[in-house]
Amino acid sequence: MTQKSFKRLDSRDKIFHIILFLIMLWVLFITLFPFLNVLAISFNDSADTARGGVGIFPRVFTLENYTQLARFPAMWTGLYISLARTIIGTALGLFCTSMLAYVISRQDFMFRKAITTMFILTMYVSGGLIPHFMVIRMFGLNNTFWVYIIPTLISAWNLIIIRSFIDSLPYSLQESAFIDGANDLTIFFKIILPLCLPVLMTVALFIAVFQWNSWFDTYLFAPFNESITTLQFELMKILEGAATGGQLGDAGNIQMAHNVSPLSLRMAATVVTMLPMLLAYPFVQRFFVSGMTLGAVKE
Amino acid sequence: MESFKLESLRFFQGKRGKRIYQQRYLLLMSIPFAAWCFAFMYLPLFGWIMAFQNFRLMGRVTLRSFWEAEWIGLANFRELFADERFYTALRNTLGMSFLGITIGFVVPIIFALLINEMRVGLFKRFVQTVSYMPHFISWVVAAGMITFMLATTGPLNSVLIAVGLIDRPIAFLSTGEMFWGIITGSEIWKSTGWNAIIFLAAISGIDLQLYEAAEADGAGRFKKMWHVTLPGISNVIIVILIMNIGWLMNVGFERQMLLGNPAIREWAEVLDVYILRFGIGTGRFSYGTAIGIFRSVVSIMLLLAANGIARKTGRGGVI
Repeated sequence: MTQKSFKRLDSRDKIFHIILFLIMLWVLFITLFPFLNVLAISFNDSADTARGGVGIFPRVFTLENYTQLARFPAMWTGLYISLARTIIGTALGLFCTSMLAYVISRQDFMFRKAITTMFILTMYVSGGLIPHFMVIRMFGLNNTFWVYIIPTLISAWNLIIIRSFIDSLPYSLQESAFIDGANDLTIFFKIILPLCLPVLMTVALFIAVFQWNSWFDTYLFAPFNESITTLQFELMKILEGAATGGQLGDAGNIQMAHNVSPLSLRMAATVVTMLPMLLAYPFVQRFFVSGMTLGAVKE
Repeated sequence: MESFKLESLRFFQGKRGKRIYQQRYLLLMSIPFAAWCFAFMYLPLFGWIMAFQNFRLMGRVTLRSFWEAEWIGLANFRELFADERFYTALRNTLGMSFLGITIGFVVPIIFALLINEMRVGLFKRFVQTVSYMPHFISWVVAAGMITFMLATTGPLNSVLIAVGLIDRPIAFLSTGEMFWGIITGSEIWKSTGWNAIIFLAAISGIDLQLYEAAEADGAGRFKKMWHVTLPGISNVIIVILIMNIGWLMNVGFERQMLLGNPAIREWAEVLDVYILRFGIGTGRFSYGTAIGIFRSVVSIMLLLAANGIARKTGRGGVI
């Protein structure tokens, strides 16, 4: 659709668009201000921050908050574990989800209906928190790294997104491969996977964001195991410690850093925790949107 | 006997056996995941029997520990319905959910309508891109930011004091009565842009001729929004609304856990947090499971009811 240039609109339309512009500016400000403010404070001198009034730019620039933060081993473990679960969880999750999605896209598969229904129902029914907790313990996953990966291997939502993408591919491609003597595994790896690249990218990002942002599984299954603690969980402890003023292991110690106020450290930790997201966001956000609409159409 | 053998032989050699053999790779590629799904998604449902037991966690959990636990019938449920803290948690859950599916539902629709009215260009794209951003940070990070923004020495209080609306800072997060509003507001801040995507996609599917026809009939901008755009996306709105009603009891617990504090428990504790603090925190697993069952049953009933109403009005249900 072509649109008239702004000058050629009549005056009522002009007023409407000016008001709309102002509303959107306000929306932008509300959305962005917390991010920019936290970023500014994390780079601002701690003593100066205490005077208040730091806006969206640091007044007295310093890296001290970050160098102090780097002295806490828990932050490094957290970073390492969070990266590990994001990478491993995404790779495994993507592999399993796409494989299953291919199988349930096959009209001739004998358990197609049964398995599809089985997964879709999980979107509506769940056993609840405590039975889930017990099952994880029954399998001996608590206090292990794999509690981050295995229980969330496949999500019904991602499964549907990939399946609807495969459904949209012409079946004749598979048919001709069958005639050439390929088996189902070969077809999946050699034909389906390469064609699915765009949707796999989207789902990979969904899983990665989910993995990176998870904190509750640590809280529930490994709260005292410092060797597999995640960055999000460490940040939670720091923030919680700030709220109650209590001493929570490492999180308590973090309040006692030299020359740097707890607030500045908290802000630096917050920035580190969301950094991968913020860096990747501008480049990948279009994949998220396409995935969202793809999944929604099929719902 | 002989005929039975023949039968079973036929079973493996017959049509079905051949099919199993033909689809052996497909089976190999799916059965492990079906087993996984059963173990992690359906096995917990069997854990519901804990609600009728006095289950204690001793060492390793095995299937036998469920078998050996003491059966106490409906005692947990009786205790539950006499528990005042349960009713408080229920009220908070419903209250916050209700605000979420009314205000938290309407705002993304309005936002989508406004975005749709914007002139195509860089600014529109920028606004949209920025609006999804908060969806991708964790609630831990978001709660940290919100706590700071609302702190007594935080930016919001500074601004309110500077413009003279208040004399002394308000302790937002320590005022129980404000908690529901803060939760709803934080949800709107984090998810409006993302939730609007689906409505925008629906709007882009509306036939442009409808707008031209409305224009020919003399409809202005707002008339077109009301008579063309909104009816055009009403199906999507209904579907999302039904799904939200099904989630009414699942208000989520991350926000309440991270933003709430013990001092305002009266307003902040929702069912899930109650289950967590009471069920797992004090080791009363059976009691916690009973609360969980109550919650699941109510939400399934709500979902079915909403779905039924949608069917009756001729819009078609989701299930």
